[in-house]
Amino acid sequence: MIRVILPGHLRALARVSAEVQLDVKGPVTQRSVLDALEAQYPMLRGTIRDHVTQERRPFLRFFACEEDYSLEPPDTPLPDAVASGKEPLLIIGAIAGG
Amino acid sequence: MSGVRVLVGTRKGAFVLTSDGKRERWDVSGPHFAGWEMYHLKGSPVDPNRIYASQCSGWFGQIIQRSDDGGKTWTQPGTPPGERTTPEGMPKGESNKFVYDTSAQTGKPLTTHQWYDGTQHPWEFKRVWHLEPSPTDPDTVYAGVEDAGLFRSTDGGQNWQELAGLRGHGTGPRWQPGAGGLCLHTVILDPSNPQRIYIAISAAGAFRTDDGGKTWRPINKGLHSQYIPDPNAEVGHCVHHVAIHHSRPKVLFMQKHWDVMRSDNAGDSWQEVSGNLPTDFGFVIDVHAHEPETIYVVPIKSDGEHFPLDGKLRVYRSRAGGNEWEALTKGLPQSNCYVNVLRDAMAVDSLDKCGVYFGTTGGQVYASADAGDNWTPIVQHLPAVLSVEVQTLP
Repeated sequence: MIRVILPGHLRALARVSAEVQLDVKGPVTQRSVLDALEAQYPMLRGTIRDHVTQERRPFLRFFACEEDYSLEPPDTPLPDAVASGKEPLLIIGAIAGG
Repeated sequence: MSGVRVLVGTRKGAFVLTSDGKRERWDVSGPHFAGWEMYHLKGSPVDPNRIYASQCSGWFGQIIQRSDDGGKTWTQPGTPPGERTTPEGMPKGESNKFVYDTSAQTGKPLTTHQWYDGTQHPWEFKRVWHLEPSPTDPDTVYAGVEDAGLFRSTDGGQNWQELAGLRGHGTGPRWQPGAGGLCLHTVILDPSNPQRIYIAISAAGAFRTDDGGKTWRPINKGLHSQYIPDPNAEVGHCVHHVAIHHSRPKVLFMQKHWDVMRSDNAGDSWQEVSGNLPTDFGFVIDVHAHEPETIYVVPIKSDGEHFPLDGKLRVYRSRAGGNEWEALTKGLPQSNCYVNVLRDAMAVDSLDKCGVYFGTTGGQVYASADAGDNWTPIVQHLPAVLSVEVQTLP
């Protein structure tokens, strides 16, 4: 079970109060986790990555195990600790705008 | 007894203000979508319980929301909570998808517009500024977007298609963003002719289609803008807002960057009607619900100082369709007021005594239940108001 922590505004949009748990089949990567997230919560489509290009929205970052994975290719495997559910993938909104 | 519902979009959420026909006591609901920019909310003229809303964020992009119970509950069209796919197994979440049409069949693949520095810049979708529901079909709604384009949904907001003929008609490379971006902010559906639509763009100007959106032409003859290389150019004018009275859809009133303008021939030509206004810069303009020659503006000092002249918040009313203006000040602050009133932040109700409403960047929403003679704040401490729309309820 993959654990994902969403920013507050996206938790409100998805109507979830805590972290999200996802079943991901195959390799656990940014792409497979986001595919599973959007399948389970389709109202989030377009909010984390662009509808068409599938690129990460510029003011969002992906953190896990105290590392920044935002610039990794989307098919790079995430850490084992994320794949095993020990650690969550954090989707973070950049602090900007005051 | 009839009533009024005021839909307020702000920088940090939406608010729904309701009152009975007396318009003295108000219930305030909100914030809906707290923390999000709510550029515009508007109800369907044929189904007042259906309200469309534009929710957006610099972080998370564009969300379309819809209420079918007058603003009590909301959902993304086609994506009820807890449902992953349509009955046909198709993915949901399409309602947030605004993709410019670049096919040759629908208007040529126009890809750039003029940037602030004069170079060409790719068209990039940013947000929905204005939602205009159809006067006849609750499932049909138009969206004016930034970068400037016009989209339409015919399934209640679930899917959006661009009317690409607007960007494809040829003048697009000369459109340039105003200070607020290259936004299509005004959409007027001619109530007497379903094939005719007026739109306005900052800073491109006003445009009209007479064939339901297939082909478009600029309607800016008579506009004079001394801040562009050719002050009388076909396009490039910073139109801030346009309004009509439903009984005379060929008569248009415009608040341009500077100048209040009027057209009596569906935009084919314009003449200035600023008259005795203390300053003719401003953003809003609207028309009395029952008097087609009575119009309202809120003069702002200048393009460099976006606040009322002399710190006095004054609505100006003309009962002559322009040129002759009177200041309306009763109930409005007449000292130390430095708010702005943005382009979509004024509306009227259609009760017997026409109500007029406007919101400010200081978070006040003012109402007049007597056509502007007297004003009262409904709320005073909201986030900056981006838009105000009014529904007159049976």
